[in-house]
Amino acid sequence: MKSLEELKAIREKMQGKVGFRKEDAEGMRVVVGMATCGIAAGARPVLNAFVDGVAEAGLGDKITVTQTGCIGLCQYEPIVEITEPGKDKVTYVKMTPDKAKEVIEKHLKNGQVVAEYTSVK
Amino acid sequence: MMTELSLNVLDVAQNSVKAKASLIEISVRSDFEKDLMTIVIADNGCGMDEQQLAAVCDPFYTTRTTRKVGLGVSFFKLAAESAGGEFSITSEKGVGTTVTASFQISNIDRMPLGDMTATMHSLITLNADIDFVYNYRVDDKEFTLDTREFREILEGVPFDVPEVSQYIKEYLSSNKEEVDSGKIL
Repeated sequence: MKSLEELKAIREKMQGKVGFRKEDAEGMRVVVGMATCGIAAGARPVLNAFVDGVAEAGLGDKITVTQTGCIGLCQYEPIVEITEPGKDKVTYVKMTPDKAKEVIEKHLKNGQVVAEYTSVK
Repeated sequence: MMTELSLNVLDVAQNSVKAKASLIEISVRSDFEKDLMTIVIADNGCGMDEQQLAAVCDPFYTTRTTRKVGLGVSFFKLAAESAGGEFSITSEKGVGTTVTASFQISNIDRMPLGDMTATMHSLITLNADIDFVYNYRVDDKEFTLDTREFREILEGVPFDVPEVSQYIKEYLSSNKEEVDSGKIL
């Protein structure tokens, strides 16, 4: 049984860090479609890949990973939209956890859009 | 069609999120003596009126505007009914909605439960404003996760901070392991 004491220790550690809460308006947002269509197409492992990848890269304070409902392009799910203030929205389609890793490396870390995953072949 | 029951749970719980619930209670209980698995998703969201409730299991009914079908509840119902189980949904406007699905554990057509840890972890960390109570039971062993308890300890540190998120994932997986001894349900 994992103890709640551990959680207390995490709180004490985190409270020392000022401003751990990112400003949503400023940072990059990774939005994963999590309606029936997305989930059935495999959105959950894609979402987990982004959550874990962003945390591992230490980008948790700059990038928000979140979910949305169905945007009406069910046949292209799992869909991931990446928005950044001042830039056009990038929509990745038919995502997989492996493609997510590539997007984290190229797009999230280095700002290079992975064009081959944005259009439908 | 979903490939695991845990994906149905994730999907149906999204309805509770959209219904602006502040508390969502999810329980997964397996009783091998009765050969029965029961999954309940209960929320205190906006609820449905009688007309909506009557239509909710119709795959061609949806309140959304981005597409014309609503398959989430239908899939879950089908999963239960094709595995020797039952499905019910009760709702009251302004009070909330409860979805109950049962399954014959040994039924060859029962989908595997799948990764409930991933489902609960996603729900909890992505819906920071909603409280979740998750109960997982196999025969006489069980554990309960109550995010209100976590919230009290965390004093404002959010669930999506990587350290907290990781703790929640480990809390879910280690307790699950203790309850089901790693048995694949």
